[in-house]
Amino acid sequence: MADIYEALVKIVGKDYISNQKEERYFYARDGGLMPPHEPDYVVMPKTTEEVQQIVNMANKEKVPLVPKGAGLALTGLVIPQKSGILLDMKRMDKILEVNEKARYVVVEGGTTHGALKSYLQKHHPDLRHSIPDSPPIATVVANAVIHGQGRLSQQHGFNSDMVSGLEVVLPTGEICRIGSCSVSSYWFSKGPPLPDLSGLFLGWFGTTGIITKLGLKLYPCKKMRDVMLFLTDRAELVPDIMLRLSHTEMMEDITISAQPMPLRFKGTFWIMAYITGDSEEELEFKRKMTWDALWGCFERRDGGFISLSPDMKAPLMSMPSKDVTKFADVAKGGGFQYAGPITPIEKFPAFIKKLDEVAAKYNVFYASTTRLIDAGHCMMFSFSFSFNRANPDEMARAKKALDEASRFALEEGGVLWKADLDEQKLLMERMDPNTLNLMKKIKQLLDPNGIMNPGNWEVK
Amino acid sequence: MMQQKYASQIHRCFRCGYCEFPADYSSFNCPPYKRFRFETYSTAGRLWLIYAWLKGEVEWSEHLAEVLYTCTTCKNCTEQCPMKFAPDIVDWIVGARSDMVEKGRIPPRVARFFEAVYGYGNPLKLLRSDRAAWANGTKMYAPGDEYLLYVGCLGSYDENGQKMAKSLVDVFNAAGVSFGILGNDEECCGNEVYMLGEMGLFQTLVEKNNQKFKELGVKKIVTVCPHGYNVMKNRYPALGGSFEVYHYTQLLYDLINKNKVKLNRNKAKVTYQDPCFLGRYNKIYDEPRQILRSIPGVELVEMEKNRADAFCCGGGGGNFVMDLLAGGEESPARIRVREAYETGASILAVACPSCLTMFTDAVKTEDLDGKLAVKDISQIVKESLPAKKR
Repeated sequence: MADIYEALVKIVGKDYISNQKEERYFYARDGGLMPPHEPDYVVMPKTTEEVQQIVNMANKEKVPLVPKGAGLALTGLVIPQKSGILLDMKRMDKILEVNEKARYVVVEGGTTHGALKSYLQKHHPDLRHSIPDSPPIATVVANAVIHGQGRLSQQHGFNSDMVSGLEVVLPTGEICRIGSCSVSSYWFSKGPPLPDLSGLFLGWFGTTGIITKLGLKLYPCKKMRDVMLFLTDRAELVPDIMLRLSHTEMMEDITISAQPMPLRFKGTFWIMAYITGDSEEELEFKRKMTWDALWGCFERRDGGFISLSPDMKAPLMSMPSKDVTKFADVAKGGGFQYAGPITPIEKFPAFIKKLDEVAAKYNVFYASTTRLIDAGHCMMFSFSFSFNRANPDEMARAKKALDEASRFALEEGGVLWKADLDEQKLLMERMDPNTLNLMKKIKQLLDPNGIMNPGNWEVK
Repeated sequence: MMQQKYASQIHRCFRCGYCEFPADYSSFNCPPYKRFRFETYSTAGRLWLIYAWLKGEVEWSEHLAEVLYTCTTCKNCTEQCPMKFAPDIVDWIVGARSDMVEKGRIPPRVARFFEAVYGYGNPLKLLRSDRAAWANGTKMYAPGDEYLLYVGCLGSYDENGQKMAKSLVDVFNAAGVSFGILGNDEECCGNEVYMLGEMGLFQTLVEKNNQKFKELGVKKIVTVCPHGYNVMKNRYPALGGSFEVYHYTQLLYDLINKNKVKLNRNKAKVTYQDPCFLGRYNKIYDEPRQILRSIPGVELVEMEKNRADAFCCGGGGGNFVMDLLAGGEESPARIRVREAYETGASILAVACPSCLTMFTDAVKTEDLDGKLAVKDISQIVKESLPAKKR
């Protein structure tokens, strides 16, 4: 092991490697409920070449490697289950290129969403990317690897759908480009018209390679934004409301919040319709179309629009939203995890009912945020539970609530998002055997020594 | 009390990482995280490790203590943290330090800091009898003087701090301010001792100073240093202090407004560093800028991160002496002088002797000598006085 330490020092320099207890302790866990497991080393590479040298050494020595962004999936995906080397990628933080005409950006593997947002606002104010609700330290690559969603997912799908190219260090050490950048200097497409190889890496949680550069599609950034809030207490109407809003083809984003506290919120669903415009006229037209889309609901007294004061509107408009993170302190205990199944939107009423049921059964704080994805093809529904890290019993109850919610979501035809180890097993048990076998073959082909983030997507 | 409070609350950090950024998320703004880049050196890392130490999951080690003591207590985290407990974060860190002090588990550099203050009345371990060596005939405080000018340890002993103190004395004299100093009778203000967690020594210092102020009938204190201003304004009253306290920029701004300080043209492009203990701690953002703007010919340009988003020089929490964040291009002071230089300014103005020293050194290391001058506002004002008044 001393040899590995020395080898890593030679690659990244002594300031950027640690095998001390403090770093091993912190990097052994995330803010969620999965049990910790310590790495042997924490390393912070700066360049693709350093990553390549680390991978070559690890592959030769058969040492596990876990690439990490900010660890905000909360499902333990970057907890090094079999120890080894944890690569904190956040020193690779350069924004390498913005192509305004082809509307894409190329970033290094540890660039944060916060830094990208700030950079675009400053240097390319007509362009934007799909900002997730996670805190600004979430990295662009990690968010794509877990098929994250963001502000533009209603219009353009999962954030991983917006990837426009990859540079990957394969587990065997080759540096490989994926998409148009493999044959051209442009990063406009992750696949078409070529075979789309990005699927070998997106959604694999770092088990098939380390993404060192990523191209991301950018979209027009309108000068103005607004949010309209429609309130209803009838869960069974929510899918139709979502579809009606989506039908306008004018929505930046459509989300639904539900939470029992403060008590005045209990039993109501906050449907937020985000619109954008380059002029007040455009915005006003979209407000009218949004109003018209839900006029029938209003007439039947099924719900109504709520006027928002500037103080209420500001947190709803912020990107990312600090209010999402504040949920972690509801139980005054620094813990928060959610199961976020991707599911048909018709399941909303059943999922809301189940959320109330499991929260009551396990006596845990809860909330839910739903986001429409890709014009209604599916939604992400979060069963979110806040817990006190100083209260093991509450943590155990939150975990049971999550497990039950996940099993329910599967039974209802949903697919678990950023599944933790237990949920991955549930998914693989239900997966078509031939699909499972294909995953196994791909993994063996790309990572013959099984060094990449072992434990995850492990097909027996 | 503080120890009990931090121990019962510290687990509430969710490690969301907002604390590492400024408001626009443009780059990391936590000095030790920016310097070391391991997440352990972020506020979240520090809080989680302290909690682990309290639970017995991590043993005390010198590395653990260094992680804790690299925090400059700059309060960027409290500005950015979205949680309700945000205002308490620095108190939690100070509480944990206090716990370590009581258990005798502190890094050697911290121990030396305390020993120096205890033995010499200053953290630089310089003789008490030399404290007023800079003063060159500056009037000693006597009952009837309107202000006690509290010079502080850096103003008294540090070469750059002394220049600052001398300039301020000249400006006050030119403006006809009634003031005096304590000379060799002055003692450390205790701000850093508090932030480093030595509560016994802190209490001794404060009681001693309060007693001295009382005996001399001091009603108004003006401090050279924001650190002294902060502790005298926010901590001394609870321990018996009864006086008004001002940072010198507040008084100077008032004097300029009342036309008691006349300023000549001084053509320069200047950027300004908000000291943490003036800005984030006490919300004094405008007076220093107004002073600079009132000098004919001065063009004030802002660094991208300013006011509540200002990036700390790295000297807070005793680090101007202990220097736990020094070394390498990513040391906070070196980063900040690069940011200052990027504005096109020829002068980086400060209002704190700690910033003055940290940046003066960093300018040399960054090879910006001759391109970017670091000056305290008092020095710029003195240079702008009519020749006969200087």
